[in-house]
Amino acid sequence: MNSRSDIIGRVVIGLVMTLIVLGPLALMFATSLKSNPQQILVDLGGFRAFWVSPADVSPDNYHTVLTDQQAPFLRFMFNSILIVFSIVVLGVFANSLAAFALSRLRFGGRALMLGVIVALMIIPIEALVVPLLLMVNRVGQLDTYQAQIIPFIAHPLSIFLFYQFFTKLPKDLDEAAYLDGATPFQIYRKVVLPLSLPVIATVAILQGLEFWNAYLWPLMITRGPEVRPVSLALAQFFTTPPPQWGPQMAFSVMMSLPVLVAYLAFQRWFIQSVVGSAVKG
Amino acid sequence: MSPALVLGFVFIIVPFALAIVLSFTDQRLVPNPNLPTRLVGTLNYVRLFTDPNFLQAFWNTFLFALLVVPFQTSIALALAVLINSRLPARNVFRGIFFLPTVITMVVVCVVWFSMFKIDGFFNTVLGLVSLGLIERVDWLRNPYTALPSIVLLSAWQGLGFQMVVYLAGLQSINEELYDAARVDGATRWQEFWRVTMPGLRNTHVFVIITTTILAFKLFTQVSILTQGGPQGATNTVVHYLYEVGFRRGRVGFAAATAVVFFLIVLIISLIQRRMIKSEEEIT
Repeated sequence: MNSRSDIIGRVVIGLVMTLIVLGPLALMFATSLKSNPQQILVDLGGFRAFWVSPADVSPDNYHTVLTDQQAPFLRFMFNSILIVFSIVVLGVFANSLAAFALSRLRFGGRALMLGVIVALMIIPIEALVVPLLLMVNRVGQLDTYQAQIIPFIAHPLSIFLFYQFFTKLPKDLDEAAYLDGATPFQIYRKVVLPLSLPVIATVAILQGLEFWNAYLWPLMITRGPEVRPVSLALAQFFTTPPPQWGPQMAFSVMMSLPVLVAYLAFQRWFIQSVVGSAVKG
Repeated sequence: MSPALVLGFVFIIVPFALAIVLSFTDQRLVPNPNLPTRLVGTLNYVRLFTDPNFLQAFWNTFLFALLVVPFQTSIALALAVLINSRLPARNVFRGIFFLPTVITMVVVCVVWFSMFKIDGFFNTVLGLVSLGLIERVDWLRNPYTALPSIVLLSAWQGLGFQMVVYLAGLQSINEELYDAARVDGATRWQEFWRVTMPGLRNTHVFVIITTTILAFKLFTQVSILTQGGPQGATNTVVHYLYEVGFRRGRVGFAAATAVVFFLIVLIISLIQRRMIKSEEEIT
């Protein structure tokens, strides 16, 4: 069944796919390191787009992006990190607490509430942005960090994933703690949370990637560079003529690096989080 | 009361209810003091379904899903099968194929645009392959090729997600079923169709439905690469919603669009719920 030629065939297919997957990224890195715009234009029209000869490597494009006063890259990066970090940290806390209440506490309307949360998972953000925009506008919070953070902390999918995980944790543990006189909040903090690292990682990665990619909402509510996230800043850099391929690619590389590094370091967690989101319902 | 439930109420349930209510009004983003907001009944919906631009956007979105879902899903399945077979360094391959998923869509658009442009890589290759017989195509500015081009780059970015889900599905298929098939002398092709495909039933439903919903949300790529053009060939439902609600400030009308968009997603989700069978029903 698994003859040598079979395996060689598979490796060849795997390598071809690797070229297709990595090609655009190689183009991005290579172009970002070329300093001559004319040469970049010529190279982009051929196989040299994916390659930079060591003699031509130059940090010029990075320098251009980092010193651009009109478009402060580091500021955009800081904005994105602040926004995503806040959503993830506050989200993990708030959503796990809600899931804990739903899985461990007895109160009226619990089943109904769970049903509502499952139903809310279906509502796409795209269907909510216009009324949200009206609401945020009414309270004068356009162009702020809070408008990019607070509406997205509560996350039905995260609550549901926490809920699923908590109901599988053995109840003996918290019963023992109850007997020792612990309050529900102490049980949540001291017993349940420390056991929940896998689901915390899953939720943090899913919610983190989702809002690192946020585009539509920041496009609607940010005006100036003060609170604009980095992906939107790149979109504006890209759509403003003339095309500056070198600096644009350098910008792309720099904004992709933190996530790429995190992915390479925690690959297993990233893949598990995707699988975790799929095993539901 | 837990904070998440309060936040969820204020930022999901309230705007959702507001979208429904507003869809029956002529609310504007910047209210005109001389023209108070009025109830207009179903006028927004009537206008929506008689607006050729919306119908075109709806059709494009549908077409995009129709193109991207089978394309992306079948490649993802093939890659999952490849990685699940005896393959050296399979974890390295898995790690590479999943990599584009963590690249922001805006970056993907910038990089792929450089390959799609008139004097870019794809046209050079096309010229080489056809020995210069086929003329250069302005992929993203040609009404016939713009949407398929967006399909390509979207599939490139999203593949890894489906592949990983398929991989988990493949690994959950009972090994004994393959042994039994081999005892019965099944060819590898028969094994794939009789054991693997039925064993992936729920995975198929999940992957196809989530990819379809994702496809219906198409906005970022269009907003960056084509602005809905050329001639509306890449206008999508969400792009339409953004144009009327934000650019033109017609909140009531955009709310009606949002409600229709939600109903589309709801219908797709309900299909998923009906199609997912419990494990016992399958075997």
